[in-house]
Amino acid sequence: MNPTSTLATAGRVLRQIRNDPRTIGILIALPCVLVGLVAWMFDGTPVLDQFGPLLVGLFPLIVMFLVTSVATLRERQSGTLERLMTTPVGKADVVVGYALAFGAIAVLQACVLAAFTVWVCGMDVAGELWVVLLVAVLDAVLGTALGLAASAVARTEFQAVQLMPVIIFPQLITCGLLMPRDAMPAALEAVSRVLPLTYGMEALQDLAAGAGFAEVRGAIGVVVLFIVGALVLGATTLRRRTP
Amino acid sequence: MRKTSGTAVRISGLGVVRGSGRRRVEVIRGLDVVVPSGEVVGLLGPSGSGKTTLMRAVVGVQDNVTGLVEVLGRPAGHPSLRRRVGYVTQAPSVYADISVVENLRYFARLLGASEDDVVRSLADVDLTPLADRRVGVLSGGERSRVSLALALLASPELLVLDEPTVGLDPVLRRDLWALFRRLADRGTSLLVSSHVMDEALRCDRLLLMRDGHLLADGTLAELLARTGTADIEAAFLALVEDEHPPVGDDPHDEETGR
Repeated sequence: MNPTSTLATAGRVLRQIRNDPRTIGILIALPCVLVGLVAWMFDGTPVLDQFGPLLVGLFPLIVMFLVTSVATLRERQSGTLERLMTTPVGKADVVVGYALAFGAIAVLQACVLAAFTVWVCGMDVAGELWVVLLVAVLDAVLGTALGLAASAVARTEFQAVQLMPVIIFPQLITCGLLMPRDAMPAALEAVSRVLPLTYGMEALQDLAAGAGFAEVRGAIGVVVLFIVGALVLGATTLRRRTP
Repeated sequence: MRKTSGTAVRISGLGVVRGSGRRRVEVIRGLDVVVPSGEVVGLLGPSGSGKTTLMRAVVGVQDNVTGLVEVLGRPAGHPSLRRRVGYVTQAPSVYADISVVENLRYFARLLGASEDDVVRSLADVDLTPLADRRVGVLSGGERSRVSLALALLASPELLVLDEPTVGLDPVLRRDLWALFRRLADRGTSLLVSSHVMDEALRCDRLLLMRDGHLLADGTLAELLARTGTADIEAAFLALVEDEHPPVGDDPHDEETGR
């Protein structure tokens, strides 16, 4: 890996996105609209205070997963990935470059979404707000990392889009959002423990209930480990030689 | 007289298999060839003859390769070759959503090339006036020149170009071949594929491919003399017929005719 190549790749990805203002608009506005709908639906109840932080962590993850898997698939199909693999660029430079670029967008997205949820929708977080923001950003980066790993498997756009239900939905079901994890059958609870979304959601639930950084740093650490793991997987599954 | 400055590519016993199980196809089998350095070598053959696969093997991006492929004295795909070999795929592999010069600057940073190299490559393919244009709005021919410019950035010792002149107007085609000639004069080795037989006239040496193997290897004059024909198209036909007599009761005919 070499920092010049990694940063050059991140810069190139950001330049590509900058030239597509509609995508930026959707990336930033869509999560706000979704949270706004939920806030409107449960207006006058404490639901937003309880579940708002979870949504702030969840929507960016899903959006970034989709955007990343489609972007890397385009890179593969346009032949530019094959071209990159004939240059001295390292496989990790490509993957980490993408993660940095989308990570930067994730920071922006999470900040706008958190500000909107707190100031416009009136969410009142019992715990530390900046930790909610941190977890939201990490979840978005996790979405990107999972998207990078997943796109190594996908060969067509159809497959890439299908990977969302495969990778994201089981995590949604077992992460504790639908049912508290300690009320689940033991087998499902065990499954939830090996899936990354569980830890982000756990941290956000604790934060909604009044926790601070000290109480959730373990869960945050696990999310970071999953990010690193997914990036390593994404880099090692890239191939310089293809059939 | 051929310049004998060295060998750019040495291939022996090359075999390439694509697909697996029942769909397994031997795209190239038992191919031996030597590409001398500092020359423009034309790789001619119909579509589906294995030209692209051969080039991919030389660049080192083709999987399931058997046999020996040595490029500039190293095994194909060796990390040290990534700066010394330039490869242009048939479909232009460039980023459509950023400008021409942004494409060049990105690859320049990956290759350790300078801003001077960016300016030179743009000028070499005659795209300087379009530098700030977004690639997505360019014509197909302009895009393929951007793709070529990227391969020129690091002044590679070997350039592998897959059908670089497809769809270009005759003036541009002439200019590009003049560029290839200039590059060869500077010592660059070029392996250029084409299915347009008349481009054979512009090459120092020709490799004729068909059905995954080499029909012939030599200068145009040698091939014409060997086949007793007047042009490369006729020479190609003569070589094919040499291999597979058009009439006769050869039991293999049915199989190979597929």
